[in-house]
Amino acid sequence: MARINSPAELEKFRKGILSKRDPHKPCIAVCTGTGCLALGAAKVVTAFKEEIKKKKLGTKVDVVDVRETGCPGFCERGPIVVIYPEETCYLQVQPGDAEEIVSQTVLAKKVIDRLLYVDPTTGEKIVRESEIPFYKNQMRHLIGNNIKIDPKSIEDYLAVGGYSALVKALGQMTPEQVVELVKDSNLRGRGGAGFPTGKKWEFTRNSPDQTRYVIVNADEGDPGAFMDRALLEGNPFSVLEGLTIGAYAIGSHEGYFYVRQEYPLAVENVTLAIKQAEECGFLGKNILGSGFDFTIRVHRGAGAFVCGEETSLLMSLEGKAGEPRARPPYPAVKGLWGKPTNINNVETWANIPLLINNGAGFLTSIGTEGSKGTKIFSLVGKVNNTGLVEVPMGITLGDIVYKVGGGIPGGKKFKAVQTGGPSGGCIPEKHLDIKVDFDELKKVGAIMGSGGMIVMDEDTCMVDVAKYFLNFLTGESCGKCSPCREGIRQMLKILTNISKGKGREGDIELLEDLSEATRDASLCALGGSAPNPVLSTIHYFRDEYEAHIKEKRCPAYVCKELISYHIDPDKCQACMICLRKCPAEAIAGDKNQIHIIDQEKCTKCGTCFEVCPSRFAAVRRISGEPVPPPIPEEARMIIRESKGKKK
Amino acid sequence: MSEILLQIDGTEVKAAEGMTILKAAQSAGIYIPTLCHHEKLEPYGACRICVVEVDARGRKGLVAACLYPVESDLVVRTRSEKVDKTRKILLEQLLAHAPDAPALKDLAQQYGADKDRFAKESSFCILCGLCVRYCAEVKKKNAVGFVDRGASREINFVPEIASEECWNCKECFPLCPTSYLQAAYHLTEALAFPRAALKPASGK
Amino acid sequence: MDDDKIDKIIDKYPSDPSSLIQVLLEIQSENRWLPKEALKKVSKKLKVPLNRIQHIITFYKAFSVVPKGRHEIHVCTGTACHVRGAQRVLDTVQALTGIKPGETDQDLKFSLETVNCVGCCALGPVMVIDGEYHGKMAPAKSEDVLKNYE
Repeated sequence: MARINSPAELEKFRKGILSKRDPHKPCIAVCTGTGCLALGAAKVVTAFKEEIKKKKLGTKVDVVDVRETGCPGFCERGPIVVIYPEETCYLQVQPGDAEEIVSQTVLAKKVIDRLLYVDPTTGEKIVRESEIPFYKNQMRHLIGNNIKIDPKSIEDYLAVGGYSALVKALGQMTPEQVVELVKDSNLRGRGGAGFPTGKKWEFTRNSPDQTRYVIVNADEGDPGAFMDRALLEGNPFSVLEGLTIGAYAIGSHEGYFYVRQEYPLAVENVTLAIKQAEECGFLGKNILGSGFDFTIRVHRGAGAFVCGEETSLLMSLEGKAGEPRARPPYPAVKGLWGKPTNINNVETWANIPLLINNGAGFLTSIGTEGSKGTKIFSLVGKVNNTGLVEVPMGITLGDIVYKVGGGIPGGKKFKAVQTGGPSGGCIPEKHLDIKVDFDELKKVGAIMGSGGMIVMDEDTCMVDVAKYFLNFLTGESCGKCSPCREGIRQMLKILTNISKGKGREGDIELLEDLSEATRDASLCALGGSAPNPVLSTIHYFRDEYEAHIKEKRCPAYVCKELISYHIDPDKCQACMICLRKCPAEAIAGDKNQIHIIDQEKCTKCGTCFEVCPSRFAAVRRISGEPVPPPIPEEARMIIRESKGKKK
Repeated sequence: MSEILLQIDGTEVKAAEGMTILKAAQSAGIYIPTLCHHEKLEPYGACRICVVEVDARGRKGLVAACLYPVESDLVVRTRSEKVDKTRKILLEQLLAHAPDAPALKDLAQQYGADKDRFAKESSFCILCGLCVRYCAEVKKKNAVGFVDRGASREINFVPEIASEECWNCKECFPLCPTSYLQAAYHLTEALAFPRAALKPASGK
Repeated sequence: MDDDKIDKIIDKYPSDPSSLIQVLLEIQSENRWLPKEALKKVSKKLKVPLNRIQHIITFYKAFSVVPKGRHEIHVCTGTACHVRGAQRVLDTVQALTGIKPGETDQDLKFSLETVNCVGCCALGPVMVIDGEYHGKMAPAKSEDVLKNYE
């Protein structure tokens, strides 16, 4: 690819790309993000390519394109295929469907009903992607392009208007004007803390040292959050462009992408994007003839959640263990190698090109007083439409869970939404009407965090949730400061005892005491926010803690030491299904012999409970009371007649 | 360097720019307890015993005195209900590791810390880092370092270096508040140093 | 792992301490573990003291100081997978392989690790073996999945 040396050359190049693209030409877009790849998307792509070869469609006359794209977010229904220009959306596509799709939809323009989305309430089949309720109720400014472009192609990015923001910033705005624009937009950091981005840029810009760095924090460590993964895999150029504009505004000539190594596809796509950007002249010396130099390097994380904390990230970049540094001094003053450094989250950087192109009003016209713009959430857990959703700030939590998320599967009852990962809190049903924004979430004891939103139902034990997060943090704490290392260790011990039926009076108060010290005296935000899940679950679900402590009962039937599985001899029909499926071979019985579970061998995996046919519903979970002794052998024989049974 | 005026426990204290609260307090004769701090070493901020309450720009909170830089008009309280409560529980957590450490016992008395509040931990190292930092910053030998993270963090001698350097040095030994260091050294010596590499006792 | 290969990797990066983690990641990826000899070489060439290398290879989960098995099993224990029953899947895999997370079996066939979210939350519980993703895992499915690996 020839280097582009000026805005005029870029426009010429862009026009050239667009002229070669016929908007009416069919294009089969297949999501090849990590999620859909895990569901077999690569084989679907191969099947399409083979089908096209078979029908000789891609030879002399290019009749149809196959595009491997980034993640469009409807992960529950992957692999996802969208046929353009009609925007026909097919879900859960298998390689075997390729032939029919090509001949029916691409060539004959007919829709295949069985692959369409069916509205669960109306039964209506929906053809166009944008009309599917999951998508309709979102505002997809940042991830909307994912299904339209091949992330490995800079030409695709240019075809959708990419790099026009960089042209505008470098050519028509001073660095100070760019900073002012970001300030005016009230954009707040999307990594979790929500610090005003423009302010941070200004601090860094105003630091006297002329050597400055800009960094993309792509260490997305919150378990359950994968927004940044989708942006980096699906549209890495948008983040690159934002970073370059930021570097220009701040006066930095060297940037870093710090990507967690658990995201190999993101590392690959970002590295390739940087290479292509360098070849085209969007990175390197004298970018687009503006006189501005900027280079970016990719640096992989090595498996440490704490490195998502900005000062730990800096330590890791410097080749050291990810132990946080005290602040002040803040990275904007003394960061990487002691130089002023601006670190922002992936999603924050991705907002920048939109801001430059559309002005501050683009963000300020959306959202609430304190939180402007859109936010991408990973809506996961016990919800029908798991995936990535981009919604305006200020939407209610209930709307996200029910309108976009489609509610709770299996007819189960909603219990809580956990936001903010291990630093966040659980929000119960009574607060479903809150507007999702930085400040409102804080008021109910949670935080926005990076965007992880885990939906929990009646089968989730809140004591177990608190224990889960503390267990996670025990391993992820860097261990340097004692309030975090020791405090979390002690809290985990107490929660483990509670979950095993060894809880004692006073445990809740002790947890609260430990929480206070850990929160107030820790060196960094990992320790500082570690008590949040514990405190919020105690606040809203104290009854569950008390049931565990006083009654040795787990109301949600999760804590293994407190539950037992029992086959009701009155309901068992000796169908042998649970017997065969039991991974611990703990069920005894026969074709005509009522099954019984050997409590010594039972590992409480719950398989029997799940596989027992609903018409029998013979397996029951017990907690807080003793298991009935097994009925005598003689009583277990079933004598079958043509109808009914006799014991 | 410009002079900064701040308030510590109601007393006006003059400090130089770049000084930490701890240094400023010490210069004014105000005592703040520490465990992981040492004059010869860079401040570390790990034990958090030196936390003090500060009012700065309308925000109140606890900060480590050994690290926080002085600011003009900073209001610092070295003792308060919150500070005392925090120090007490931090001490109790450390006492679960090393109930007999003299420095911990002293402080425990001052703050009413109960050494039996938490069940005994298996390791009596309190991870103050004095040994690691001394060997790195003063001796520049790096014979001992940290390994692992979180609740599994420990100190560990590098056998290749320790077998050459430690026999004639051992300057870090008196720094250890719990004597865990000596125990760790002797264990490493017994398990990892090849007999031939040991230097004979110098008679010191 | 031969000296040449290690040298090649080190030479790809600037010869200073900041390259340490990137160099080690590559050696780990090539060799599947970090032998002492390799570490001594890295220490010399990048001018990083051994005690810091010691800290880094034990601090970061990506590194292994013992050889790993032919097949690396990663069971996701992220929050979304957790609420969907990942612990039960992990328990079953432990029982079937006979090893706990962080361990490798006697025959060097399987290594087991937990991982804190691979970003496939919609498919949870997720298990990744040799980079191949297995979604919607259940304890009963584990045996069938593991059977395919020799």
